[in-house]
Amino acid sequence: MTIAVEVRLQLRRHLGPLLPVVGAVAVGFGMCGLIALWVGFSPSLMFVQLIKGAVEGPQMFETVARAVPLVGMSLAAAIPLRAGIVNLGADGQLALGGCAAAIVALYLPAPDLVRLALALTAGMVVGSCYAAVAAAGEIYAGVPLLLSTWLLTYPAKGFCGYLVRTSLRDPATAWPSTTRIAVGARLGHLFPGTPVNQGFLLIAAVALAVIFIDRRSSVGYELRMRGINERFARYGGVALNRQTLGVMLASGAIAGLVGAIMVLGSQFRYTDGALTAPQYSWSGTLAALLAGGEPLGSVIAAVLFAALQTGGFAMERSVEIPRVLTMVLQSVVILFLAMRGAIWKRS
Amino acid sequence: MTFSFFNATFFDQAVLGITPILLAALAGTLSERVGLFNIALEGEMLVGAFAAVAGSHFGGSLQAGVLAAIAAGALFSGLLAVGSALLRGNDIVIGISLNLLAAGLTSFLLRTLFGVSGTFSDSAMAGLPRLTIPGVVALPLVGSALGHQNALVYVSWALVVVIAVFLNRTPWGLRLRGIGEQPAAAIALGADATRYRFIVTLIGGALCGLAGLQLSLGSLTLFSENMTAGRGWIAVAAVMLGRARPPYVAAACVLFGLSDALGLRLQGEGLPNQLTDSAPYIVTLAALVIAGLRERRLTVAVR
Repeated sequence: MTIAVEVRLQLRRHLGPLLPVVGAVAVGFGMCGLIALWVGFSPSLMFVQLIKGAVEGPQMFETVARAVPLVGMSLAAAIPLRAGIVNLGADGQLALGGCAAAIVALYLPAPDLVRLALALTAGMVVGSCYAAVAAAGEIYAGVPLLLSTWLLTYPAKGFCGYLVRTSLRDPATAWPSTTRIAVGARLGHLFPGTPVNQGFLLIAAVALAVIFIDRRSSVGYELRMRGINERFARYGGVALNRQTLGVMLASGAIAGLVGAIMVLGSQFRYTDGALTAPQYSWSGTLAALLAGGEPLGSVIAAVLFAALQTGGFAMERSVEIPRVLTMVLQSVVILFLAMRGAIWKRS
Repeated sequence: MTFSFFNATFFDQAVLGITPILLAALAGTLSERVGLFNIALEGEMLVGAFAAVAGSHFGGSLQAGVLAAIAAGALFSGLLAVGSALLRGNDIVIGISLNLLAAGLTSFLLRTLFGVSGTFSDSAMAGLPRLTIPGVVALPLVGSALGHQNALVYVSWALVVVIAVFLNRTPWGLRLRGIGEQPAAAIALGADATRYRFIVTLIGGALCGLAGLQLSLGSLTLFSENMTAGRGWIAVAAVMLGRARPPYVAAACVLFGLSDALGLRLQGEGLPNQLTDSAPYIVTLAALVIAGLRERRLTVAVR
């Protein structure tokens, strides 16, 4: 009797917080089924294609490859979110990071490996610095990060677009992009014959580091404390401004790293719009919101979203349902959770 | 250069640029005053822009497009009203997901209803007709910009006055402001905070629907994916800069409209559009920084 009660209590403790998430996912799938039905597709066939397209055979590797940028962007969103800060500017940091990595990999006269390492570093530093601009705006002029990060994405994308149309332009291509990066300065394949590259290891390392810092270090503790109660964190001696800056530096560095990994590992050139068109930052933000900023949860949510998106490609091919429906699904899930007050209770 | 640089086209483009931002910013102003932070303006506007084109295409008339834009904007903002006003969920998270939902939903419907991706345009579709105000149109330089625009442009200016009067001179406006400033006191005096927030959110959605209408059927007659391009966020910034006072919010919108037109004008002078397109965002950020620094100085001085 007591054991049964204990088991039930334990289950409620550990699975209880997950229930609204499961419910929201179910509602999201249900709504997408209805939309599909309304437009004239069979929902069951759609979901079968979606799941098969995500995990069947070689598709598994496509999902893993897609999970690399998505996990990165979800962490870039989760770190600020943990402290109750929203970084909506990851797209700009991503584009600038990717562009900087391409420039270093293309033009720095150094041995291949050094060039690769410096290109990755350049991506992180540039992404980081750009995010710091928004942080400085909030600290010194009180411009809310929510607004400044978003508005800063447009000049960043415009600037990179300008560079690849002028001084960096490869005249041989129809679409504005840089020339191809030499094989030696690229990130190699992790599993031959699959689209998964060594960037996977980098992002995995970042994810482990973020989870560790979040759970085991005082930095992570202060971050979580601020997320729960900012006034308490201030009273407890957390230097909020310094923390804001640090959070944005870390977030921007990860976004920039993702840009560098995409350029050095799979696109081999910076192409205008190629980094931001798949909207990794949006999905990453949604994944982080789904997990309420908890890093491990964000990673899991990002992997699920990656599977959803790869499945979306297969779905579009086989049953001709536009894969953008998966984006609708992702936002409906978060919307439903937020409406129920399951994410971030109003302060 | 100076005279030909700021020519009639420049002011015409400025007025066109102001209108959608102004309509959305008025929606944001109402929300702000009733104590809700509405960052879903962008998404509501996009839904309105799509509905305007869909309505006038399938309904076969401009009136159908106008009605569809207003209805779709209000309906979409209903999600925010239910989530934020009724269930008291976090308005920032709801806003972010609504913006995304709007982008996804309009792209999806563009593909399924019209079978195209990117841009849809239909030659049979009519844009909002331009009306001429006899005296004003004769003014030099700004004549056609101020006196030869579509009805929605004039409506947006009138709404600035209407909303200012409503907020400051009517009992409902007083209650609305009370709910925003001191919810507990307003509720104690018998104001129904939930109902006010709900209705204000829906009206804001309708206004954003009109803003979208202006984008898709105002000067052009087309819908393209993400055609709002951050205008909803600029509107949020305008509300902040104008401290949710309608005349000041309108002034901020004028600033952004002018910077939009300036970008287009510089592009005409041969500057690359990737850089000039950034003009409104940079001006917005600069304005926010200047206003923020000024406010800091003032608070320090008061202390």
